[in-house]
Amino acid sequence: MLVELDVPKCVASGQCVMAAPDVFDQREDDGVAILLEEHPGDELLDEVREAVAICPAAAIRLAEQ
Amino acid sequence: MPDIPSCPVTGASESLPEYPLPRAAECPLAPAPAAQELRAGKPITKVRIWNGSTPWLITRHADQRALLPDPRVSDDDLDPGFPYVNAHRAEIAPVTPRLITNTDAPEHTRLRRTVNGPFVVRRIETMRAPIQKIVDDLIDDMLAGPNPIDLLKAFAFPLPSLVIAELLGVPYEDHDFFQRNSGVVLDGAVAPEVARKASGELAAYLDRLLTKKMTDPGEDVLSEMAGRVKAGEMTHTEAVHMGVAMLIAGHETTTTMISLGTLAFLQHPDQLALLREAEDPKVIANAVDEVLRYLTIVQTGVRRVAKDDIEIGDVVIRKGDGMIFDLHAANWDPEVFPEAECLDITRPARIHQAFGYGPHQCLGQNLARLELQVAYGALYRRIPTLRLAADLADLEFDHTGTTYGVKSLPVAW
Repeated sequence: MLVELDVPKCVASGQCVMAAPDVFDQREDDGVAILLEEHPGDELLDEVREAVAICPAAAIRLAEQ
Repeated sequence: MPDIPSCPVTGASESLPEYPLPRAAECPLAPAPAAQELRAGKPITKVRIWNGSTPWLITRHADQRALLPDPRVSDDDLDPGFPYVNAHRAEIAPVTPRLITNTDAPEHTRLRRTVNGPFVVRRIETMRAPIQKIVDDLIDDMLAGPNPIDLLKAFAFPLPSLVIAELLGVPYEDHDFFQRNSGVVLDGAVAPEVARKASGELAAYLDRLLTKKMTDPGEDVLSEMAGRVKAGEMTHTEAVHMGVAMLIAGHETTTTMISLGTLAFLQHPDQLALLREAEDPKVIANAVDEVLRYLTIVQTGVRRVAKDDIEIGDVVIRKGDGMIFDLHAANWDPEVFPEAECLDITRPARIHQAFGYGPHQCLGQNLARLELQVAYGALYRRIPTLRLAADLADLEFDHTGTTYGVKSLPVAW
């Protein structure tokens, strides 16, 4: 799977970190999301899907499954 | 000569529903029945508000998710089309500084990023042990005190301000002062001058504390803001205002979710039993989201204005039109939450919009979730016989505030 994060759109709500902590993290000073793993393993698909679904800025895209 | 169209154009607005829509007295925890009917029949439709203006009411979950992050959907409350919640909000809009609550991207993004540090998920998680201690102490006091008692006074009200005191770094010996004054500031029933005085004392206190943290910093939010003031990233006054704002924004909402959430669980003993017996923290976390969904306490709707024409479904929202997003209706949308009227802590609930959706989604949502996880996780376990000590019909609900709540919740055990 290929995950894309649109950093300028990120509003730093941390929802992706809550949903998929192995795939996303946050910058410490302002909370902006960091994509830890562009190609996470398939076992993380459900978590990534949830991150996509709950991101309030619609800043995460699952480009390839 | 063309036929005159038969659809009445003028006069049609006279029959528009008045928003906010009333709840049904017999279902005090459910959304307004009319909001549910509109969602099924006219999911994007005009309503009339207090000043006679007729913004759009958006009730479907999917439409809210499409519109709220749309850059044409604006939070600019200086726009003449903005559908203010009430006359007071309309009055203060022009004299309110531009904040995260009334700006759009890119300004909003910049402002939000400066205040977001304390709410980073990993940092919030470090608050779990201190919150657990606060919760345990409050329950100890409750068990040592009178029975029955008002759960609001004994537990739901003091918890959030103690947590904010901890987060800000208010020393323990000042907690009584902090608690007393925040109680007055947050009490809607006191005279405005009394509230102003308490708010002034609180701000003066935080001002002094901030100065102290400049030279003697700790591991807390006020110390961090002191660092930002020193670095010239924010002014001393902004830091004090942010401290007061954190207290106010995080208080009533959390209090209400504890009291109204407890009422919801007491009305659903099977769900309460599931929650009480849960060993897996994920079960408790999902229960919190399900109660957030079920109750959706923000009852004034999220207010926005269109900065351009927006086509959605078979309607066109015109530039300058106001929009109201009824979050409770969306969170009971059967297309997303089958049997939405059932409180079911095992359902996937995470996609609810109780904290709003889009760039303005609640800044403190992760802290709120943590407080509720700890509070629900401890209260019903330590007091397994907890029960309502009043008739549901005798409880008094607040239908006019930003958040729906219960004015007191007598409980016994």
